[in-house]
Amino acid sequence: MEYLLLIASDETDQPHPGSPGFDDWMGAWMAYNQQLVDGGHFVAGASLQPTATATTVRKTAGAGQIVDGPFAETKEQIGGFYVISAADLDEALRLAEGLPIPKGSVEVRPLAVRPDA
Amino acid sequence: MSPPQEAVSAAVTRVARQERGRLVALLAGRFGDLDLADESVQDAFEEALRTWPERGVPDQPAAWLMTVAGRKAIDRTRRAASARRRTLAAAPELQLDPPAYEEAPAMVIDQAGIRDDQLRLVLLCCHPALSPEAQVALTLRLVGGLTTAEIAAAYVLPEATVAQRVVRAKRKISAARIPFVIPAAVDDRIEAVLQVLYLVFNEGYLTHGTTSAASIRVDLTDEAIRLNALMVELAPDSGECRGLLALQLFHRARLAARLDRHGDLVLLDDQDRSRWDLPGIEAANRVLGEALAARPGPFGAFTLQAVIAGFHANARTSADTDWTGIVTAYDQLLALRPSPVVALNRAVAIAMADGPRVGLRLLEQIEGLERYHLWQAARAELMLRAGDPRGAAEAFHRAHSLATNPAELRHLERRIAALPELDDDRLLSETFPPL
Repeated sequence: MEYLLLIASDETDQPHPGSPGFDDWMGAWMAYNQQLVDGGHFVAGASLQPTATATTVRKTAGAGQIVDGPFAETKEQIGGFYVISAADLDEALRLAEGLPIPKGSVEVRPLAVRPDA
Repeated sequence: MSPPQEAVSAAVTRVARQERGRLVALLAGRFGDLDLADESVQDAFEEALRTWPERGVPDQPAAWLMTVAGRKAIDRTRRAASARRRTLAAAPELQLDPPAYEEAPAMVIDQAGIRDDQLRLVLLCCHPALSPEAQVALTLRLVGGLTTAEIAAAYVLPEATVAQRVVRAKRKISAARIPFVIPAAVDDRIEAVLQVLYLVFNEGYLTHGTTSAASIRVDLTDEAIRLNALMVELAPDSGECRGLLALQLFHRARLAARLDRHGDLVLLDDQDRSRWDLPGIEAANRVLGEALAARPGPFGAFTLQAVIAGFHANARTSADTDWTGIVTAYDQLLALRPSPVVALNRAVAIAMADGPRVGLRLLEQIEGLERYHLWQAARAELMLRAGDPRGAAEAFHRAHSLATNPAELRHLERRIAALPELDDDRLLSETFPPL
């Protein structure tokens, strides 16, 4: 079973390259990623550029309107995602809890289509 | 000779309460599919309603239902498999998970296995990925064997709302693959089940006797106690299961004295203790004793609340109450679950043990309850006892402006009406000496 982990946190909290704490932060992500790979859970994943780079295409009545910004302005922004393979929701939730974000939320959603089927 | 239809319906309802949860758990365990299990058990009950009036109620209704439900489950599986084959022939790209079984799984029934299946079922119904409303509806439906109509009536909701909650929850369980397992961290999950049973009990407790239709409604306090007793059986090592059961038994033993003949709330202090159910209190004492013996401590929040309820229930008069014991339990509860409301209750207990002025000082130190009617009401009562009826009147009025429950509003109105005249200051300190 495959699940999407949609990771949202305050993007202004992230340390910049060269700043103190950046190496630890990066190291935690590398370790988490490696743990997913070693456990056979990694399917896909990426971190995203900040929301300042986002553009939204809003469709109403079939016509697309292009607007600046992410689709929702909130205190937490989607900063990245994983697609993981897990036996069931409990395992997916455990993996989501392990994500190295100090604060934020992770939406865990089962994928409707199995790409390998 | 065939039994009348009503007798059969009554028998089916009785068996449903007693056995439905076990049947669903057993089938879900064997087939690994909750929805299939629930539907098949439902099929079996419908067949019982059809055939029992003619053939009579079988000697072992549960075994009869289990056999029929198992057969229905296999029928449903075969139908689904052939539908899948037809779909596959028409659209091979739609291949989904292959069917897990084609033949009947072995129906070996061992008691420990059934208990594990029942525990898996109740943990699944109370999985944190489901909304609290869904957890309540699923637990009452699948574990408790209530119909959606009975649940809807108990919660004064349209039946369609309850049915939809059950359907959506079952869909999520299947689509997100919420597992039918006893997880390693089982204590946290049992805690979640107890929270659900606590909510169910509270709902029954708050609405108890407040409606003329009560006689046809399922008594949620009884249902919560029944399911809690089941949890004690399923998780015998959990002290908190017994703690919550004891808490509920104490409350139920005092239910009859809780409302007066007009349906108005009677405070614990003013209750007619001769109307308390003494055998019920004895039963609660036994369960609480087991909860306290289950482990050396620290005790869980439900156990501590049961200890407090026990001190009240075992006091023959209000004046006999062991307030020092209650304060000790509140100290532990506050350390375990710091919250302004627990701090409020602790302050009131301290006022009873050490006098209203000490209690008032503590009350005033609690932050964030200015808009909580019970905080204002407690302040009012303690001010009154401390000889400050003016302050009490103001606090009672604030409490009244914040309260919403009709019974509580009436109670506050009576308290306001009973306040002394405020013209004669001299009278006050004599009429209301500090305790």
